[in-house]
Amino acid sequence: MGVKAKAAAAILVFIVAASLLAPLFYRYNPHRIDLDHIKTRPGFSHLFGTDQEGRDVLARVLEGAKISIWVSLLAAVSAMVIGLAVGVISGYAGGKVDTALMAFVDLILAFPSLLLAIGISVVLPPGMFTVMIAIAAVGWASFARLTRGYVLGIRDAQYVEAARAIGCGRSRILFAHILPQCMPLALTMLTLKIGGFIITEASLSFLGLGAQPPVATWGGMISSGRAYLETAPWISVFPGIAIALTTFCFNALGDALAKN
Amino acid sequence: MDFVLYLGKKFLLTVILLLGIALITFSLTKALPGDPALALVGQRASPATIAAIRKQIGADKPFLVQYVDYVKMISRGELGRSYFTRREVLDELKQKFPNTMRLALLAMALALPAGLALGFWAAMERGRPLGEALNSISIVGISVPVFFSGLLIMLFASLELKLFPPAGTGGAEFLILPAITLSLPSIATLSKVSRTSALEVMGLPFIKTARAKGISEFRVIAVHIFRNAIIPIVTVAGLDFGSYLNGAVLTETIFGWDGIGRYSVEGVMRRDYPVVLGTVLAGTVTFIVINMLVDIAYHVLDPRVRVYGR
Repeated sequence: MGVKAKAAAAILVFIVAASLLAPLFYRYNPHRIDLDHIKTRPGFSHLFGTDQEGRDVLARVLEGAKISIWVSLLAAVSAMVIGLAVGVISGYAGGKVDTALMAFVDLILAFPSLLLAIGISVVLPPGMFTVMIAIAAVGWASFARLTRGYVLGIRDAQYVEAARAIGCGRSRILFAHILPQCMPLALTMLTLKIGGFIITEASLSFLGLGAQPPVATWGGMISSGRAYLETAPWISVFPGIAIALTTFCFNALGDALAKN
Repeated sequence: MDFVLYLGKKFLLTVILLLGIALITFSLTKALPGDPALALVGQRASPATIAAIRKQIGADKPFLVQYVDYVKMISRGELGRSYFTRREVLDELKQKFPNTMRLALLAMALALPAGLALGFWAAMERGRPLGEALNSISIVGISVPVFFSGLLIMLFASLELKLFPPAGTGGAEFLILPAITLSLPSIATLSKVSRTSALEVMGLPFIKTARAKGISEFRVIAVHIFRNAIIPIVTVAGLDFGSYLNGAVLTETIFGWDGIGRYSVEGVMRRDYPVVLGTVLAGTVTFIVINMLVDIAYHVLDPRVRVYGR
């Protein structure tokens, strides 16, 4: 792993640790309204300033980190599991099954993905879980496509043939021999995808479709700070930087993994 | 002849794809909580009025019948009326689509030269610190969500420097900021692909030959490398252009630009089903048409690729 990838991983560990430990050590509560100190400039008492209701922006950014990273991570893992299953079955089965499954995958890929996610988020009751489902429901298709292509390449490899020759059942071949081979590829894809998923989560929260107030989300904070862009830009700018930094680290990490 | 066959096959696939997209969207809109009839007349309307409205918009029929009715209507070339404005969705799309196109075209006109220049520059500087830095810029570009970069651009260019109006629809002065916003992620992906593609071509023997013949370095880059590296870039540019509908959803919402991206979000938020269906279908058709144009461009740029032969 190169220096850049290590730095990216270290920053991510720091962000996750800070978001988890904040409730224990940080003196401000992300939900405490303090109308005597609204729109305080960033300074020693409030490192990132306070918002229009006097809530500490740093505390809210840290709570947003927890939500954003968990939602995106869980969505990515769900998308990977679904995509792996569909991809492995499609690639190994071939024929009509393959054609039908891939037609469905192409259908999902042809759909404007953000609109689909917005549509799903509107259908289900708003909240973190809904966002997760919406992202996973849109994101699994590219995992399936990639896995299927890889399985096509290895399904006639010698070790698969050998497994077949010693009498392994189909499910044993799929899950014990083919699936593990797909894992490095799928995990690299996972790292590359999380960045995009964080942006999708933020976009949905920005539109008011994510985790609901009083819970702080990065997208929601940017959206509520829009009205104060001229007088208190820090309300929107810090969560924006948080999104960009986290996404950048995941993308840089994924890039480094993809090169290996 | 082959080409006609290829186009015919593509067209057939497109129709099937659209039926599928219509079915998914249609199922989603039916699953949406909240009754459009209620939303139209308000909570205090009498049950009789609500029933009448439901009948008028066809919400009382079984699901499959509604779907078939909808497909029939589309095949007549109609998209229905908005529940709220009572205007034909097709007319609205005709009015808003050119706005989104203007935005997308300007964004691409900014993204292509910028992305190519950054990518080729990064390729030439490979292994040196400057090249690494240029390469990182491309990752920054895809890491910043458009609704944040858009706000920053609005904050500086419009609220601080007062160069352009912050939001609205109209002439070029309204178009510049959203177009820059929309082009940023595109510049990132294009520069990444250009770099990879240029590096690949630079390692090929004919480039060495060209240099050995004594051709000027500028000519080697501009003619020999560029012509051969451009092919994958065209594909990505096409795909990116198609994805502008996605980006436009947020960009148009922030900048109050009257295009189909904002129209679709409004449709979803107000449960205005005909609008949702219409915008999604229009977006998908655009995406597919652009993909076909990319296939054709491929054929023109690279005689080795015979897409329709397969």
